[in-house]
Amino acid sequence: MDEIQEALTKTSKATKKDRFGRSVSLLALILILAVVISIFWFVASKGLATFFKNHVSLWSFLTGTKWAPGQVDAHGKPLVGAAPMIVGSFLVTFLSALIATPFAVGTAVFMTEISPKRGAKILQPVTELLVGIPSVVYGFVGLTVVVPAMRHLFGGSGFGVLAGSMVLFVMILPTVTSMTVDTLRAVPKRYREAALALGATRWQMIYKVILRAATPGILTAIVFGMARAFGEALAVQMVVGNAALMPHNLMSPSATLTSILTQGIGNTVMGSLENNALWSLALILLLMSLVFNLVIRAIGKKGAM
Amino acid sequence: MAEKILVTENVRLYYGEKEALHGINLDYRKYGITALIGPSGSGKSTYLRALNRMHDLTDYVTVTGTFLLNGEDIYAPNMDTVQLRKQIGMVFQQPMPFPFSIYDNVAFGLRTDGVKDKAILDEKVESSLKAAAIWDEVKDDLHKSALSLSGGQQQRISIARALATSPEILLLDEPTSALDPVSANLVENTLIQLREQYTMIIVTHSMSQASRISDRTAFFNQGKLIEVNDTKKMFLNPDQQMTQDYISGRFG
Repeated sequence: MDEIQEALTKTSKATKKDRFGRSVSLLALILILAVVISIFWFVASKGLATFFKNHVSLWSFLTGTKWAPGQVDAHGKPLVGAAPMIVGSFLVTFLSALIATPFAVGTAVFMTEISPKRGAKILQPVTELLVGIPSVVYGFVGLTVVVPAMRHLFGGSGFGVLAGSMVLFVMILPTVTSMTVDTLRAVPKRYREAALALGATRWQMIYKVILRAATPGILTAIVFGMARAFGEALAVQMVVGNAALMPHNLMSPSATLTSILTQGIGNTVMGSLENNALWSLALILLLMSLVFNLVIRAIGKKGAM
Repeated sequence: MAEKILVTENVRLYYGEKEALHGINLDYRKYGITALIGPSGSGKSTYLRALNRMHDLTDYVTVTGTFLLNGEDIYAPNMDTVQLRKQIGMVFQQPMPFPFSIYDNVAFGLRTDGVKDKAILDEKVESSLKAAAIWDEVKDDLHKSALSLSGGQQQRISIARALATSPEILLLDEPTSALDPVSANLVENTLIQLREQYTMIIVTHSMSQASRISDRTAFFNQGKLIEVNDTKKMFLNPDQQMTQDYISGRFG
């Protein structure tokens, strides 16, 4: 009797294991949370120092077109206008997404609807391979192939927004494609049957039912691609021209937030205005990736309804 | 005797090497409901899907035999399956409205046919929804998502969608088995109303449903057609002992 009572009141082995597992995963969660929060804290404190310590106005930072930290204008205010980089970043992001979307959707439709067997055999490994190629390789190919091609086609140096967009387009294509493939595969097979049974042709079934049903997922895929393009540094830096000037056409050499960051961060002194201004750029990047995340969530929520 | 709208002879179907239908002979008069009953795996759904060539979508299925729709060979190499499926509509077991509005769902078949005239679309959508006995329930929310409806309503939308292209024959693959009894009853009533104007072939697991709504019943077992008869005779006094056993619940 006592034995049973003892066995029942004592914590069982399973409970102990359960507790152990729970604390391990909780610990991991706390660690990740701490890392994320400290990154935010670090970037924000450094990035905001430009405005609070160096007294640069937020407005002139966001809209100023002259980027020359260390120099001052006629009024003695530092020249830290980030608008050229902000515009540059958004330009290459939207352009590359614009070019990538039709290719990605086309490839995904081919892989899932038109030729699933060959798609799975050839295109799947190819897209997976493309994801794994280091960005410096993309940048190098961009430097040796895309930039000269641009030079031949449109004149100028070849470095610029368009070259950057082309390289980014190839880089985000596999991401957008594979996510679109997943979305199309998730469209119930019954939709296909129902559409065909109603006398739709295969093409009508694809664009009237499947693509329409998959639209939220495809949008999510595009935003993911854009988030990737926005944050990509190395490959863009190699082909975009790195002139912190407002781009006045697609061929003009310009810069993105990331390219100026990678270029400058090693050459500035911690705590100086030059350094703080770069942190402000990083803060914009961070906030933008947050925005991309929120957009993806919003689309996901709308799609679930 | 009314004219035969659909004739099938010696229908055999193979999954790879394995023969799943062993020579079915069955034909259909114009109008009315024919119920296909039989235990699971008896081949009734498989047979039904052969009628509008849905097996074309699966690589390893081979169908042989004669299928004549108004005297025309359904499996002729030059048969346009798109046109065929407009003539032989189909409603599936799971209500499958597309994730669009009710209106767009019902108009789908017409639009794929190239109908753009708003007046024609409006009229067809209304008449199809009325025919499927759901007009009164949805007429004020035609632009609401069809997914927001109940299962029974969704299934009647599916029926309306299939009716919109004015098919001659409507194939129904267990249209009520995923529904609750009340919804199933509404769908049944819809079918009864339609039987004066359409030729319907319905696969059902429910023998009471077959006896309630069908004019003729065909009993399938293990890929063979055991018996086909007027529904009344079938349920009261079938010719075959096996049919008698199945109907009275002794197997299956």
